[in-house]
Amino acid sequence: MSTSTSQGVRLEAVSKTYGSETVVRDISLTIPQGEFFTLLGPSGSGKTTTLSMIAGFTLPDGGRIHIDGKDATRAPPRDRGLGMVFQNYAIFPHLDVFGNVAFPLNVRKVPKPEVAKRVAGALEMVKLTSFEKRFARELSGGQQQRVALARAIVGHPPVVLMDEPLGALDKNLRYHMQVEIKEISRRLGMTVIYVTHDQEEALTMSDRIAIMNRGSIAQIGPPREVYERPGSAFVARFLGEANLIAAKREGGALRGAGGAWFEVASDRPQAAGGQVFVRPEKVSILPEGGAPSANQIAGTVRHTAFLGNVVRYEVTLPDGQIVLCDATNASGTVLRQPGEAVRLGWQRADALLLEA
Amino acid sequence: MIGPTLRTAALQLLVVLLCTAMLAPIIIVVIASFSGDGYLKFPPDTLSLRWYVRFLGDPRWLASLWNSFLIAAMTCVLSTVLGFLAAYAMARGTFSIRKTITALLLMPLIVPHVVTAIALYFLSARFGLIGFKPWIAVAHSVVALPIVLVILQSALKVVDPNLERAAMIFGCTRMGVFRRVVLPLVLPGVVSAMLFSFLTSFDELVISLFLAGIRAETLPVRIWNSLLLEVEPTIAAVSSLLIAVTCAALLVEWGVRRARERTLATRN
Amino acid sequence: MPLRLAAKWALIAPALALLLLLFITPIGWFIWESLTELGSLEEVWLETQAVLGSRAILGAILNTNGIALTVTVMVLVIGYPLSYALSRARGLAFSLVLLCIVIPYFTSVIVRTYAWMVILGRNGLINQILLGLGFVSEPVDLLYNRTGVIIGMTYVLLPYMVLTLYAAMKAVDQRLLQAAEGMGAKPMAVFAKVFLPLTLHGVTAGSLIVFILALGFFITPALMGGPGDIMMAMLIEREIELSHNWPVAALMTIVLLGITLALYALYGRVSDKAEGGFAR
Repeated sequence: MSTSTSQGVRLEAVSKTYGSETVVRDISLTIPQGEFFTLLGPSGSGKTTTLSMIAGFTLPDGGRIHIDGKDATRAPPRDRGLGMVFQNYAIFPHLDVFGNVAFPLNVRKVPKPEVAKRVAGALEMVKLTSFEKRFARELSGGQQQRVALARAIVGHPPVVLMDEPLGALDKNLRYHMQVEIKEISRRLGMTVIYVTHDQEEALTMSDRIAIMNRGSIAQIGPPREVYERPGSAFVARFLGEANLIAAKREGGALRGAGGAWFEVASDRPQAAGGQVFVRPEKVSILPEGGAPSANQIAGTVRHTAFLGNVVRYEVTLPDGQIVLCDATNASGTVLRQPGEAVRLGWQRADALLLEA
Repeated sequence: MIGPTLRTAALQLLVVLLCTAMLAPIIIVVIASFSGDGYLKFPPDTLSLRWYVRFLGDPRWLASLWNSFLIAAMTCVLSTVLGFLAAYAMARGTFSIRKTITALLLMPLIVPHVVTAIALYFLSARFGLIGFKPWIAVAHSVVALPIVLVILQSALKVVDPNLERAAMIFGCTRMGVFRRVVLPLVLPGVVSAMLFSFLTSFDELVISLFLAGIRAETLPVRIWNSLLLEVEPTIAAVSSLLIAVTCAALLVEWGVRRARERTLATRN
Repeated sequence: MPLRLAAKWALIAPALALLLLLFITPIGWFIWESLTELGSLEEVWLETQAVLGSRAILGAILNTNGIALTVTVMVLVIGYPLSYALSRARGLAFSLVLLCIVIPYFTSVIVRTYAWMVILGRNGLINQILLGLGFVSEPVDLLYNRTGVIIGMTYVLLPYMVLTLYAAMKAVDQRLLQAAEGMGAKPMAVFAKVFLPLTLHGVTAGSLIVFILALGFFITPALMGGPGDIMMAMLIEREIELSHNWPVAALMTIVLLGITLALYALYGRVSDKAEGGFAR
C-alpha cells in the first residue's frame, strides 16, 4: 500500500461478453503511476464494465489486468489494493463518518491509534474535520462525496477508481469538487482511473483520456490532443461541438460546396474524400472583399445565439449543410443578423480530414 | 352538508364496532383465564390465578410448553438460516426460472396444512420419526420458510449492492461483507423473520398433530386434545400465555423496526 | 455485487432441498403409494368413481365449497369498510385499527377458535346477553353447527382480506378521487365509478386467497362444527386417523390440491397485476 514504488495499471486485450453481446472488446491500456486517467464515453460504451473489471467485481473473459506490476486478472477485489469512489457514494448507513473512513483500515487490522491518526488526516484533506460523529443521513450530497473520497484515500492506495463520482452534484459544487479531487490526487501522487460521460469534466481533470465507443477505445491521448486532433467523427462530436463538412477529392484538391476548396493539416492524398473537421471556435467571419483562398466558405446566417462571452452563428452553406461559428464577443463586435450573407474561414492547421 | 358528516360518522361507528369485535375474543379469553369460578363462565364472578396455578402445576402441560418452545426455537434457527441464504441468492442472483422458484417457495402457504401434514406423517411413520422433536422442527420449517423469505427479501431490498462492492474493495472477504455490512443492515429483518418463524412453529397445530405422537406433544396439540373433551378454563390460561407470546413478539418486532427507522431515516 | 452461477445455486439449494424433500416429494409419494396400493389403473379408476360418487364425500366437497364461499363473502363484506378506514386513517387511529387486525392475525388459530367457543357456547357471552335482554327464552345453539363454523372462519380469515385490500386501496392515487369530485361527482358516484373499480383487483386477490385458505380449513370447522359440517380437510384427516383408508385420503387430497393449485395459479395472475402481498 505504498505509493512510491508502484507501477500503475496495465490492461492487455481485455474482453467481456454477456450472452451474445460483447460489451468490452480487446482493450489494451497502460496507465503509469500518478496519472489521472479518464474513461469517457456514452452509456453502454463499456467504460463502467472496464472499471468493474479493474476493480475485480467482474471477471474478464479474455486478456490480463496488471495492477502495480502484479497480475490481478482473477484476484478478488480485496487483494488489489485499490481505493474507490462510487457513483452513489455507497456510504455505509450504519456507520458514522469516522466508521466509514476507518473501514478500510479496520478491515485490514490497522492498530487503533494509527487508525485515528490516518482518519483525521484523510478528513482534514477533504475538509470534513469535526464531522466524525455524523451519519450519512445528516450530511449533504457534497459532504457525503467528501466522506467517500476520504474513505478511498485513507489507506494510501496507489490506484483509486472513481465511477462518475460527481454525477449527483449540482453544477457549482461539481466544479469545486473537480478541482479538489485533482488537487488531492496530485498531492498524494496516486493513479486515478476516472469514469464519466461528461466531456467537460474529462477535459478539465485528466492527464489522458480514453474515449470509448461500443466496447472499444476510439482514441486515447491528452485532453488537448483528443479535442483538437480527433481520429474519428465520433470522437470529434463526443468531445464538443464539431463542424464536419463534406469534401470530395477532385484533381488532387479537396472540394466542397459552392466552389470552396480545403487544405488540412496532415492530408492523406490517397483518401477519396471525407469530412473536413474544424471546431466552431476556430472558424471566424472574414471581412468583406478579400481574395478567395483555401478554407473559405460562403453562406447565410440562419440563427444567431448570444451566449455572453461568445456569439454562436449557425450558417447555412449553399448545399444546405450547417456550419457553426463561435465568435468571441470582443469589444466593438457587430452582431450578424439571420439572413445576412457571410464568408467563413479558418486556418489550415485547425482543420483535419476525417473519414465520412 | 349533513349527508357527508353523517356518512363519516356512520363509517367511524362501524369501524369501532368491527375493531372491538376483532379484539374482543382475545380480551375475553384473557379475562376468563383469571376466573375464580369452577367452570368457564364469562364474565367471571370472582377473580383468581387458580387456572394458572393448575397449568403450572401440571407436568403434562409444562412438558408440552417445553416441547413447543424447543421445537419453535429449532424451527426459528433453521428456517431463518435457510431463508436468509435463499433470499440473498434471489436478491443478488439472476434466475431464469425465478417465477417458478418463487411460486415453489411460497407454495407451503397455499397448500392446506392437512395435506402437508399427512404427507409428512406418511414419510415420518416409515422412518420412525414420529415424536422426534428436531424432525418436527424441520417439518415446521417447511411452513415457516415462505414467511421468512417474504420478510427477508423485502429487508434485503434496502441493501445497495454498491455497499457490498465498497466493502469488498476495502478489504473484506465474502464473510466479512456479510458480517460488517449486510448483517447490520438487515438485522431488523432477520429479527422479524426469527420472531415470526418462532411464532409460526409455536402456534402450529395441524402438522404437530400428526407428527408429535405422545413424546413430543406441543402446547397447541395439548389444547386441541383438551378441547375435544371439554372447554375447561385451564385452556384459557394456556391461551392467554400464547396470546402474551404473540404480543411480546409483535412488540419486540415493532421496537426493533422503530429503532432502525430512527437510525437510517434519510434527511429528505 | 452479482453472484456467480455456482454461488447463487449453492445459496438457494438448501431451501429448495427442504421443500423438495419435505414437501413436494412426500405429497407425491403419499398419493402415489396410496393409489398403487389399489392395484391396476383400472382399479384406481373404479375406486375413484366409487369415492367421488359416495354421498358422504360428495357432501363434504359441496359443504367445503359452500362454507368457503359463504366465508369469503362475509369476509369481503366486513373487510372492505375496515380496509377503507385503515387506508384513510392517520396517526393513532391508524395504529389502533392496525393493532386490532394484526394481533388476531398473529394469534394461534386454535386460540382464536377457542375464544369463539367461549363466546358462542350455551353459557357463553352472546347467549347470556340474549337471555338477559329477554330476546330468547332459552339458549340459542351457536356452536357445533354451520353458524359457528362460519363465524369462527370469518374471524380467522378476516385479516388476510383486510391486509390485501389495504395494499390495493393505499395504491389508489388520491388525486383521481379529487379530480372526480372536482368534476362534480357525488361521493357515492366517486366510490362506485372510481374507487371501487380501482380496488377491484384487490377484491379479487383477497377473495381468492381467503377462498383458497378456507378450502383447506381444518381446526376451526373440526372444533366448532356439527356432524353436518364435515369439510374436505377433516374428511382426509378422519380417513387416515380413524379408518386408515389411505387410498380414499389420497383421492380426496388430489381433489383438494387440484382446486387449490388451480385457484393459486389464478391468484398469481391477478396479483401480478396488483402488488398486494400477504405474509402469513
